[in-house]
Amino acid sequence: MIEVKNLHKAFGGVEILKGISTTFEPGKTNLIIGQSGSGKTVFLKSLIGLHAPEKGIIEFDGSVNIEMSIEQRRQLRQEIGMVFQGSALFDSQTVEENVMFPLKMFTKQSDEEMLERANFVLKRVDLVGSNKKFVTELSGGMQKRVAIARAIVMKPKYLFCDEPNSGLDPQTAIIIDNLIKEITEEFKITTVINTHDMNSVMEIGEKIIFLKEGKKAWEGSNKEIFKTDNEAVVNFVYSSNLFKKVREAYLNEKK
Amino acid sequence: MNYFEHIGKYFMMLRQVFTKPQRGRVFREALSRETEELGIKSLGIIIFISFFIGGVIALQTALNLNNPLIPKSLIGFAAKRSIILEFAPTFCSIILAGKVGSYITSSIGTMRVTEQIDALEVMGINSLNYLVLPKIIATVFFYPFLITLGMILGIFGGWVAGNLSGLFTGTDYIEGLQADFDPFLIQYSIIKTLIFAFIIATVPSYHGYYVKGGSLEVGKASTQSVVWTIVLIVIANYFLTQMLLT
Repeated sequence: MIEVKNLHKAFGGVEILKGISTTFEPGKTNLIIGQSGSGKTVFLKSLIGLHAPEKGIIEFDGSVNIEMSIEQRRQLRQEIGMVFQGSALFDSQTVEENVMFPLKMFTKQSDEEMLERANFVLKRVDLVGSNKKFVTELSGGMQKRVAIARAIVMKPKYLFCDEPNSGLDPQTAIIIDNLIKEITEEFKITTVINTHDMNSVMEIGEKIIFLKEGKKAWEGSNKEIFKTDNEAVVNFVYSSNLFKKVREAYLNEKK
Repeated sequence: MNYFEHIGKYFMMLRQVFTKPQRGRVFREALSRETEELGIKSLGIIIFISFFIGGVIALQTALNLNNPLIPKSLIGFAAKRSIILEFAPTFCSIILAGKVGSYITSSIGTMRVTEQIDALEVMGINSLNYLVLPKIIATVFFYPFLITLGMILGIFGGWVAGNLSGLFTGTDYIEGLQADFDPFLIQYSIIKTLIFAFIIATVPSYHGYYVKGGSLEVGKASTQSVVWTIVLIVIANYFLTQMLLT
Protein backbone atom coordinates (compact mmCIF):
# COMPACT_ATOMS: atom_id res chain seq x y z
CA MET A 1 0.00 0.00 0.00
CA ILE A 2 1.14 3.55 -0.74
CA GLU A 3 0.01 6.31 1.56
CA VAL A 4 0.46 9.94 0.59
CA LYS A 5 0.09 12.65 3.22
CA ASN A 6 -0.11 16.36 2.49
CA LEU A 7 2.17 16.32 -0.59
CA HIS A 8 3.41 19.68 -1.85
CA LYS A 9 5.59 20.36 -4.86
CA ALA A 10 6.61 23.66 -6.46
CA PHE A 11 8.76 24.66 -9.42
CA GLY A 12 10.40 28.09 -9.39
CA GLY A 13 8.02 29.33 -6.70
CA VAL A 14 4.89 28.11 -8.53
CA GLU A 15 3.07 25.55 -6.43
CA ILE A 16 1.97 22.60 -8.59
CA LEU A 17 0.82 20.15 -5.90
CA LYS A 18 -1.05 21.75 -3.02
CA GLY A 19 -1.30 19.23 -0.24
CA ILE A 20 -2.51 15.94 -1.74
CA SER A 21 -3.38 13.09 0.64
CA THR A 22 -4.59 9.69 -0.49
CA THR A 23 -3.91 5.95 -0.38
CA PHE A 24 -3.26 3.44 -3.14
CA GLU A 25 -4.25 -0.11 -2.28
CA PRO A 26 -2.44 -3.28 -3.39
CA GLY A 27 -4.02 -5.51 -6.01
CA LYS A 28 -6.08 -2.60 -7.29
CA THR A 29 -5.77 -0.31 -10.28
CA ASN A 30 -5.62 3.22 -8.91
CA LEU A 31 -6.17 5.96 -11.48
CA ILE A 32 -5.16 9.59 -11.37
CA ILE A 33 -7.21 11.76 -13.70
CA GLY A 34 -7.50 15.47 -14.31
CA GLN A 35 -7.13 18.15 -16.93
CA SER A 36 -3.80 18.94 -18.56
CA GLY A 37 -1.79 21.04 -16.12
CA SER A 38 -3.65 19.74 -13.07
CA GLY A 39 -0.43 18.20 -11.68
CA LYS A 40 -0.96 14.51 -12.56
CA THR A 41 2.50 13.89 -14.01
CA VAL A 42 4.22 15.89 -11.25
CA PHE A 43 2.26 13.85 -8.69
CA LEU A 44 3.27 10.56 -10.33
CA LYS A 45 6.93 11.61 -10.67
CA SER A 46 6.93 12.72 -7.02
CA LEU A 47 5.61 9.30 -6.00
CA ILE A 48 8.40 7.47 -7.83
CA GLY A 49 11.07 9.84 -6.54
CA LEU A 50 11.93 11.69 -9.75
CA HIS A 51 10.79 14.93 -8.08
CA ALA A 52 11.61 15.68 -4.46
CA PRO A 53 8.50 17.04 -2.71
CA GLU A 54 8.79 20.28 -0.72
CA LYS A 55 6.52 19.01 2.00
CA GLY A 56 4.61 15.86 2.80
CA ILE A 57 5.18 12.17 3.28
CA ILE A 58 4.96 9.14 0.98
CA GLU A 59 4.80 5.79 2.76
CA PHE A 60 5.54 2.58 0.87
CA ASP A 61 4.16 -0.20 3.07
CA GLY A 62 5.17 1.72 6.16
CA SER A 63 8.57 2.93 4.90
CA VAL A 64 8.57 6.71 4.86
CA ASN A 65 10.36 8.27 1.88
CA ILE A 66 11.94 11.17 3.76
CA GLU A 67 13.40 8.89 6.43
CA MET A 68 15.11 6.59 3.94
CA SER A 69 18.86 6.56 3.32
CA ILE A 70 20.13 6.74 -0.27
CA GLU A 71 20.70 2.98 -0.18
CA GLN A 72 17.18 2.31 1.07
CA ARG A 73 15.75 4.54 -1.65
CA ARG A 74 17.77 2.68 -4.26
CA GLN A 75 16.47 -0.58 -2.81
CA LEU A 76 12.90 0.73 -2.93
CA ARG A 77 13.30 1.75 -6.54
CA GLN A 78 14.12 -1.83 -7.42
CA GLU A 79 10.63 -2.69 -6.17
CA ILE A 80 9.07 -0.11 -8.50
CA GLY A 81 8.11 -0.78 -12.09
CA MET A 82 7.36 2.18 -14.33
CA VAL A 83 5.73 2.39 -17.73
CA PHE A 84 6.48 5.78 -19.25
CA GLN A 85 4.19 7.66 -21.61
CA GLY A 86 6.59 7.22 -24.53
CA SER A 87 7.65 3.75 -23.29
CA ALA A 88 11.23 5.01 -22.61
CA LEU A 89 12.75 1.82 -23.97
CA PHE A 90 16.48 1.76 -24.69
CA ASP A 91 16.42 2.12 -28.46
CA SER A 92 19.96 0.81 -28.94
CA GLN A 93 18.91 -2.54 -27.45
CA THR A 94 16.72 -5.40 -28.59
CA VAL A 95 13.44 -6.35 -26.93
CA GLU A 96 15.15 -9.11 -24.98
CA GLU A 97 18.02 -6.86 -23.85
CA ASN A 98 15.54 -4.20 -22.70
CA VAL A 99 13.61 -6.69 -20.60
CA MET A 100 16.74 -8.33 -19.19
CA PHE A 101 18.40 -5.01 -18.35
CA PRO A 102 17.09 -4.67 -14.74
CA LEU A 103 17.98 -8.31 -14.09
CA LYS A 104 21.52 -7.71 -15.34
CA MET A 105 21.87 -4.67 -13.11
CA PHE A 106 20.41 -6.02 -9.90
CA THR A 107 20.53 -9.80 -9.83
CA LYS A 108 23.27 -12.37 -10.00
CA GLN A 109 21.26 -14.67 -12.25
CA SER A 110 22.98 -16.59 -15.02
CA ASP A 111 22.26 -15.68 -18.64
CA GLU A 112 19.96 -18.71 -18.94
CA GLU A 113 17.96 -17.72 -15.85
CA MET A 114 17.63 -14.12 -17.05
CA LEU A 115 16.50 -15.28 -20.49
CA GLU A 116 13.97 -17.65 -18.94
CA ARG A 117 12.49 -14.84 -16.83
CA ALA A 118 12.49 -12.44 -19.82
CA ASN A 119 10.69 -15.03 -21.95
CA PHE A 120 8.15 -15.59 -19.16
CA VAL A 121 7.22 -11.90 -18.89
CA LEU A 122 7.25 -11.43 -22.66
CA LYS A 123 4.84 -14.34 -22.95
CA ARG A 124 2.74 -12.80 -20.18
CA VAL A 125 2.37 -9.58 -22.17
CA ASP A 126 1.64 -11.65 -25.27
CA LEU A 127 4.80 -10.72 -27.13
CA VAL A 128 6.44 -13.93 -28.23
CA GLY A 129 8.85 -14.12 -31.16
CA SER A 130 10.09 -10.53 -31.05
CA ASN A 131 13.06 -11.09 -28.73
CA LYS A 132 15.76 -10.18 -31.22
CA LYS A 133 13.98 -7.20 -32.76
CA PHE A 134 15.13 -3.69 -31.94
CA VAL A 135 12.43 -1.70 -30.17
CA THR A 136 12.40 0.84 -32.99
CA GLU A 137 11.10 -1.91 -35.27
CA LEU A 138 7.97 -2.39 -33.13
CA SER A 139 4.57 -0.68 -33.27
CA GLY A 140 3.44 1.63 -30.45
CA GLY A 141 1.29 -1.07 -28.88
CA MET A 142 4.12 -3.60 -28.98
CA GLN A 143 6.50 -1.06 -27.43
CA LYS A 144 4.02 -0.56 -24.59
CA ARG A 145 3.98 -4.33 -24.03
CA VAL A 146 7.78 -4.39 -23.89
CA ALA A 147 7.67 -1.49 -21.40
CA ILE A 148 5.20 -3.42 -19.23
CA ALA A 149 7.36 -6.56 -19.49
CA ARG A 150 10.44 -4.58 -18.41
CA ALA A 151 8.47 -2.99 -15.58
CA ILE A 152 7.35 -6.33 -14.13
CA VAL A 153 10.46 -8.41 -14.79
CA MET A 154 11.86 -7.69 -11.30
CA LYS A 155 8.53 -8.73 -9.67
CA PRO A 156 7.80 -5.21 -8.43
CA LYS A 157 5.51 -4.39 -5.51
CA TYR A 158 4.47 -1.12 -7.11
CA LEU A 159 3.66 -0.39 -10.75
CA PHE A 160 3.32 3.15 -12.07
CA CYS A 161 2.03 3.93 -15.55
CA ASP A 162 2.08 7.38 -17.12
CA GLU A 163 -0.67 7.50 -19.75
CA PRO A 164 -0.03 3.91 -20.85
CA ASN A 165 -2.47 4.00 -23.74
CA SER A 166 -1.79 7.43 -25.18
CA GLY A 167 -1.20 7.33 -28.92
CA LEU A 168 -2.74 3.88 -29.27
CA ASP A 169 -5.85 2.92 -31.24
CA PRO A 170 -8.92 2.23 -29.04
CA GLN A 171 -8.69 -1.54 -29.46
CA THR A 172 -5.01 -1.72 -28.47
CA ALA A 173 -5.67 0.76 -25.64
CA ILE A 174 -8.27 -1.58 -24.15
CA ILE A 175 -5.90 -4.55 -24.50
CA ILE A 176 -3.15 -2.63 -22.66
CA ASP A 177 -5.61 -1.53 -19.94
CA ASN A 178 -6.80 -5.08 -19.40
CA LEU A 179 -3.25 -6.38 -19.38
CA ILE A 180 -2.29 -3.92 -16.62
CA LYS A 181 -5.40 -4.85 -14.62
CA GLU A 182 -4.71 -8.59 -14.96
CA ILE A 183 -1.06 -8.19 -13.95
CA THR A 184 -2.09 -6.04 -10.97
CA GLU A 185 -4.48 -8.70 -9.69
CA GLU A 186 -2.26 -11.66 -10.55
CA PHE A 187 0.87 -10.36 -8.83
CA LYS A 188 -0.93 -8.31 -6.12
CA ILE A 189 0.84 -5.15 -7.23
CA THR A 190 -0.10 -1.65 -6.12
CA THR A 191 -0.73 -0.01 -9.49
CA VAL A 192 -1.06 3.71 -10.06
CA ILE A 193 -2.06 4.90 -13.53
CA ASN A 194 -2.04 8.44 -14.77
CA THR A 195 -4.56 8.77 -17.58
CA HIS A 196 -6.68 11.02 -19.74
CA ASP A 197 -8.55 8.13 -21.25
CA MET A 198 -12.16 7.91 -20.10
CA ASN A 199 -12.45 4.36 -21.39
CA SER A 200 -9.75 3.38 -18.88
CA VAL A 201 -11.63 5.22 -16.15
CA MET A 202 -14.81 3.28 -16.85
CA GLU A 203 -13.13 -0.09 -17.49
CA ILE A 204 -10.38 -0.48 -14.91
CA GLY A 205 -10.67 2.40 -12.42
CA GLU A 206 -11.10 0.61 -9.12
CA LYS A 207 -10.01 3.74 -7.36
CA ILE A 208 -9.99 7.10 -9.09
CA ILE A 209 -8.45 10.33 -7.88
CA PHE A 210 -9.45 13.50 -9.67
CA LEU A 211 -6.93 16.33 -9.49
CA LYS A 212 -7.82 19.93 -10.09
CA GLU A 213 -5.28 22.75 -9.90
CA GLY A 214 -2.91 20.65 -7.81
CA LYS A 215 -5.50 19.53 -5.29
CA LYS A 216 -7.47 16.34 -4.90
CA ALA A 217 -10.98 17.39 -5.93
CA TRP A 218 -12.64 13.98 -5.74
CA GLU A 219 -11.95 10.29 -5.17
CA GLY A 220 -14.02 7.17 -5.62
CA SER A 221 -14.51 4.11 -7.81
CA ASN A 222 -15.65 3.78 -11.44
CA LYS A 223 -19.12 2.96 -10.14
CA GLU A 224 -19.23 6.04 -7.95
CA ILE A 225 -18.05 8.32 -10.74
CA PHE A 226 -21.39 7.73 -12.52
CA LYS A 227 -23.32 8.99 -9.51
CA THR A 228 -21.17 11.86 -8.39
CA ASP A 229 -22.57 15.36 -8.52
CA ASN A 230 -19.14 16.95 -8.17
CA GLU A 231 -19.33 19.60 -10.86
CA ALA A 232 -15.62 19.53 -11.76
CA VAL A 233 -15.63 15.74 -12.19
CA VAL A 234 -18.87 15.75 -14.18
CA ASN A 235 -17.59 18.51 -16.48
CA PHE A 236 -14.31 16.68 -17.06
CA VAL A 237 -15.43 13.06 -17.34
CA TYR A 238 -18.67 13.67 -19.17
CA SER A 239 -17.44 16.34 -21.55
CA SER A 240 -18.26 14.19 -24.59
CA ASN A 241 -21.87 13.57 -25.64
CA LEU A 242 -21.25 9.84 -25.73
CA PHE A 243 -20.21 9.69 -22.09
CA LYS A 244 -23.05 12.04 -21.11
CA LYS A 245 -25.50 9.57 -22.66
CA VAL A 246 -23.79 6.60 -21.03
CA ARG A 247 -24.11 8.31 -17.65
CA GLU A 248 -27.77 9.22 -18.22
CA ALA A 249 -28.52 5.63 -19.24
CA TYR A 250 -26.72 4.31 -16.15
CA LEU A 251 -28.58 6.68 -13.82
CA ASN A 252 -31.95 5.94 -15.46
CA GLU A 253 -31.31 2.24 -15.08
CA LYS A 254 -30.58 2.71 -11.37
CA LYS A 255 -33.85 4.62 -10.88
CA MET B 1 21.82 30.28 -15.63
CA ASN B 2 25.15 32.06 -15.28
CA TYR B 3 28.60 30.59 -15.93
CA PHE B 4 29.33 29.95 -12.24
CA GLU B 5 26.14 27.92 -11.89
CA HIS B 6 27.12 25.83 -14.92
CA ILE B 7 30.60 25.25 -13.50
CA GLY B 8 29.13 24.23 -10.13
CA LYS B 9 26.63 21.90 -11.78
CA TYR B 10 29.38 20.40 -13.95
CA PHE B 11 31.50 19.52 -10.91
CA MET B 12 28.47 18.15 -9.07
CA MET B 13 27.84 15.98 -12.10
CA LEU B 14 31.44 14.71 -11.94
CA ARG B 15 30.97 13.79 -8.28
CA GLN B 16 28.13 11.48 -9.24
CA VAL B 17 30.00 10.13 -12.25
CA PHE B 18 33.02 9.01 -10.22
CA THR B 19 31.35 6.41 -8.05
CA LYS B 20 31.78 2.66 -8.13
CA PRO B 21 29.83 1.10 -11.03
CA GLN B 22 26.81 -0.82 -9.73
CA ARG B 23 27.52 -3.92 -11.82
CA GLY B 24 31.00 -4.71 -13.14
CA ARG B 25 29.77 -6.81 -16.03
CA VAL B 26 27.39 -4.11 -17.30
CA PHE B 27 30.16 -1.52 -16.94
CA ARG B 28 32.63 -3.61 -18.95
CA GLU B 29 30.05 -4.09 -21.71
CA ALA B 30 29.38 -0.33 -21.80
CA LEU B 31 33.13 0.38 -21.82
CA SER B 32 33.76 -1.86 -24.80
CA ARG B 33 30.78 -0.31 -26.64
CA GLU B 34 32.04 3.22 -25.96
CA THR B 35 35.62 2.35 -26.94
CA GLU B 36 34.28 1.23 -30.29
CA GLU B 37 31.93 4.21 -30.74
CA LEU B 38 34.27 6.96 -29.50
CA GLY B 39 37.66 5.47 -30.33
CA ILE B 40 37.77 2.85 -33.04
CA LYS B 41 35.18 4.64 -35.19
CA SER B 42 37.35 7.79 -35.04
CA LEU B 43 40.38 6.01 -36.50
CA GLY B 44 39.41 6.74 -40.10
CA ILE B 45 39.15 10.50 -39.77
CA ILE B 46 42.36 10.74 -37.70
CA ILE B 47 44.30 8.64 -40.22
CA PHE B 48 43.00 10.67 -43.16
CA ILE B 49 43.48 14.12 -41.66
CA SER B 50 46.85 13.40 -40.02
CA PHE B 51 48.37 12.09 -43.22
CA PHE B 52 47.31 15.03 -45.37
CA ILE B 53 47.92 17.77 -42.81
CA GLY B 54 51.39 16.30 -42.16
CA GLY B 55 52.04 16.54 -45.88
CA VAL B 56 50.80 20.14 -46.02
CA ILE B 57 52.95 21.16 -43.03
CA ALA B 58 56.06 19.74 -44.70
CA LEU B 59 55.24 21.36 -48.06
CA GLN B 60 54.49 24.77 -46.50
CA THR B 61 57.74 24.64 -44.55
CA ALA B 62 59.69 23.69 -47.67
CA LEU B 63 58.10 26.41 -49.76
CA ASN B 64 58.90 29.06 -47.17
CA LEU B 65 62.54 28.01 -46.77
CA ASN B 66 64.08 29.26 -49.99
CA ASN B 67 67.29 30.54 -48.45
CA PRO B 68 70.14 28.24 -49.68
CA LEU B 69 71.97 28.73 -46.37
CA ILE B 70 69.22 26.99 -44.42
CA PRO B 71 69.65 23.21 -44.53
CA LYS B 72 66.78 21.14 -45.99
CA SER B 73 66.83 18.96 -42.89
CA LEU B 74 65.12 21.86 -41.09
CA ILE B 75 61.91 20.89 -42.93
CA GLY B 76 61.79 17.50 -41.17
CA PHE B 77 62.75 19.13 -37.88
CA ALA B 78 60.00 21.79 -38.12
CA ALA B 79 57.38 19.30 -39.30
CA LYS B 80 58.23 16.93 -36.44
CA ARG B 81 58.01 19.73 -33.85
CA SER B 82 54.75 21.20 -35.09
CA ILE B 83 53.09 17.82 -35.53
CA ILE B 84 54.10 16.44 -32.12
CA LEU B 85 53.61 19.65 -30.15
CA GLU B 86 50.45 21.08 -31.65
CA PHE B 87 48.96 19.40 -34.64
CA ALA B 88 48.46 15.89 -33.25
CA PRO B 89 47.25 16.66 -29.72
CA THR B 90 45.40 19.93 -30.25
CA PHE B 91 44.19 19.90 -33.85
CA CYS B 92 43.12 16.24 -33.69
CA SER B 93 41.37 16.86 -30.36
CA ILE B 94 39.43 19.74 -31.91
CA ILE B 95 38.37 17.44 -34.74
CA LEU B 96 37.37 14.77 -32.23
CA ALA B 97 35.45 17.39 -30.21
CA GLY B 98 33.31 17.98 -33.28
CA LYS B 99 32.82 14.35 -34.20
CA VAL B 100 32.61 12.70 -30.78
CA GLY B 101 31.23 15.69 -28.85
CA SER B 102 28.13 16.01 -31.00
CA TYR B 103 27.60 12.23 -30.82
CA ILE B 104 27.81 12.21 -27.00
CA THR B 105 25.47 15.19 -26.54
CA SER B 106 22.90 13.97 -29.01
CA SER B 107 22.86 10.39 -27.70
CA ILE B 108 22.57 11.40 -24.02
CA GLY B 109 20.24 14.30 -24.87
CA THR B 110 17.90 12.01 -26.81
CA MET B 111 17.86 9.64 -23.85
CA ARG B 112 16.92 12.58 -21.65
CA VAL B 113 14.04 13.88 -23.78
CA THR B 114 12.64 10.39 -24.40
CA GLU B 115 12.65 9.70 -20.63
CA GLN B 116 15.21 6.87 -20.94
CA ILE B 117 17.32 8.55 -18.25
CA ASP B 118 14.25 8.81 -16.01
CA ALA B 119 13.70 5.08 -16.62
CA LEU B 120 17.26 4.37 -15.42
CA GLU B 121 16.76 6.51 -12.32
CA VAL B 122 13.42 4.87 -11.48
CA MET B 123 15.13 1.48 -11.65
CA GLY B 124 17.58 2.71 -9.00
CA ILE B 125 20.52 3.15 -11.38
CA ASN B 126 22.99 6.02 -11.03
CA SER B 127 22.42 7.22 -14.59
CA LEU B 128 25.42 9.57 -14.66
CA ASN B 129 27.77 6.83 -13.58
CA TYR B 130 26.21 4.36 -16.02
CA LEU B 131 26.25 6.72 -19.02
CA VAL B 132 29.25 9.00 -18.54
CA LEU B 133 31.97 7.00 -16.73
CA PRO B 134 32.49 4.48 -19.58
CA LYS B 135 32.82 7.42 -22.01
CA ILE B 136 35.49 9.07 -19.86
CA ILE B 137 37.49 5.87 -19.41
CA ALA B 138 37.19 5.00 -23.11
CA THR B 139 38.40 8.40 -24.32
CA VAL B 140 41.13 8.88 -21.69
CA PHE B 141 42.61 5.44 -22.40
CA PHE B 142 42.10 5.30 -26.15
CA TYR B 143 42.89 8.84 -27.31
CA PRO B 144 46.62 8.72 -26.47
CA PHE B 145 46.87 5.80 -28.94
CA LEU B 146 44.82 7.73 -31.48
CA ILE B 147 46.96 10.85 -31.13
CA THR B 148 50.20 8.85 -31.26
CA LEU B 149 48.94 7.33 -34.49
CA GLY B 150 48.16 10.86 -35.68
CA MET B 151 51.76 11.90 -34.96
CA ILE B 152 53.24 8.94 -36.82
CA LEU B 153 50.98 9.40 -39.84
CA GLY B 154 51.49 13.16 -39.90
CA ILE B 155 55.25 12.73 -40.02
CA PHE B 156 54.90 10.00 -42.63
CA GLY B 157 52.62 12.27 -44.67
CA GLY B 158 55.38 14.89 -44.68
CA TRP B 159 57.91 12.36 -45.96
CA VAL B 160 55.53 11.23 -48.74
CA ALA B 161 54.81 14.86 -49.73
CA GLY B 162 58.54 15.59 -49.99
CA ASN B 163 59.17 12.58 -52.19
CA LEU B 164 56.22 13.31 -54.47
CA SER B 165 56.90 17.05 -54.86
CA GLY B 166 60.66 16.84 -55.11
CA LEU B 167 61.00 19.88 -52.81
CA PHE B 168 63.21 17.91 -50.41
CA THR B 169 64.65 14.43 -50.23
CA GLY B 170 63.62 11.66 -47.83
CA THR B 171 67.16 11.61 -46.42
CA ASP B 172 67.04 15.33 -45.55
CA TYR B 173 63.63 14.88 -43.97
CA ILE B 174 64.69 11.89 -41.83
CA GLU B 175 67.86 13.72 -40.80
CA GLY B 176 65.64 16.56 -39.56
CA LEU B 177 63.39 14.17 -37.69
CA GLN B 178 66.37 12.68 -35.83
CA ALA B 179 67.98 16.00 -34.98
CA ASP B 180 67.66 17.28 -31.41
CA PHE B 181 64.98 14.80 -30.44
CA ASP B 182 63.55 15.46 -26.99
CA PRO B 183 61.39 12.61 -25.58
CA PHE B 184 59.66 15.07 -23.24
CA LEU B 185 57.81 16.46 -26.24
CA ILE B 186 55.97 13.14 -26.55
CA GLN B 187 55.17 13.20 -22.82
CA TYR B 188 53.92 16.77 -23.14
CA SER B 189 51.74 15.78 -26.04
CA ILE B 190 50.27 12.77 -24.20
CA ILE B 191 49.57 14.85 -21.06
CA LYS B 192 47.68 17.36 -23.20
CA THR B 193 45.79 14.55 -24.92
CA LEU B 194 44.65 13.09 -21.57
CA ILE B 195 43.26 16.47 -20.44
CA PHE B 196 41.60 17.08 -23.82
CA ALA B 197 40.10 13.57 -23.82
CA PHE B 198 38.57 14.26 -20.41
CA ILE B 199 37.09 17.53 -21.70
CA ILE B 200 35.78 15.80 -24.86
CA ALA B 201 33.97 13.17 -22.78
CA THR B 202 32.59 15.30 -19.97
CA VAL B 203 31.55 18.65 -21.47
CA PRO B 204 29.28 17.13 -24.16
CA SER B 205 27.91 14.69 -21.55
CA TYR B 206 26.99 17.65 -19.35
CA HIS B 207 25.20 19.39 -22.23
CA GLY B 208 23.32 16.23 -23.16
CA TYR B 209 22.39 15.16 -19.65
CA TYR B 210 20.83 18.47 -18.62
CA VAL B 211 19.05 19.27 -21.89
CA LYS B 212 15.39 20.22 -21.56
CA GLY B 213 12.77 20.17 -24.29
CA GLY B 214 12.65 18.16 -27.50
CA SER B 215 14.69 17.28 -30.55
CA LEU B 216 15.31 20.95 -31.45
CA GLU B 217 16.88 21.55 -28.04
CA VAL B 218 19.01 18.41 -28.42
CA GLY B 219 20.31 19.82 -31.71
CA LYS B 220 21.07 23.18 -30.12
CA ALA B 221 22.77 21.48 -27.17
CA SER B 222 24.97 19.48 -29.58
CA THR B 223 26.14 22.66 -31.29
CA GLN B 224 26.73 24.40 -27.96
CA SER B 225 28.62 21.45 -26.57
CA VAL B 226 30.99 21.34 -29.56
CA VAL B 227 31.64 25.08 -29.28
CA TRP B 228 32.31 24.90 -25.53
CA THR B 229 34.47 21.81 -25.84
CA ILE B 230 36.64 23.54 -28.44
CA VAL B 231 36.82 26.73 -26.36
CA LEU B 232 37.91 24.74 -23.30
CA ILE B 233 40.48 22.76 -25.31
CA VAL B 234 41.99 25.99 -26.63
CA ILE B 235 42.10 27.56 -23.15
CA ALA B 236 43.51 24.38 -21.58
CA ASN B 237 46.08 24.20 -24.38
CA TYR B 238 47.33 27.68 -23.55
CA PHE B 239 47.71 26.99 -19.83
CA LEU B 240 49.21 23.51 -20.33
CA THR B 241 51.76 24.90 -22.78
CA GLN B 242 52.71 27.60 -20.31
CA MET B 243 52.94 25.16 -17.41
CA LEU B 244 54.79 22.37 -19.19
CA LEU B 245 57.08 24.15 -21.64
CA THR B 246 58.10 27.40 -19.96
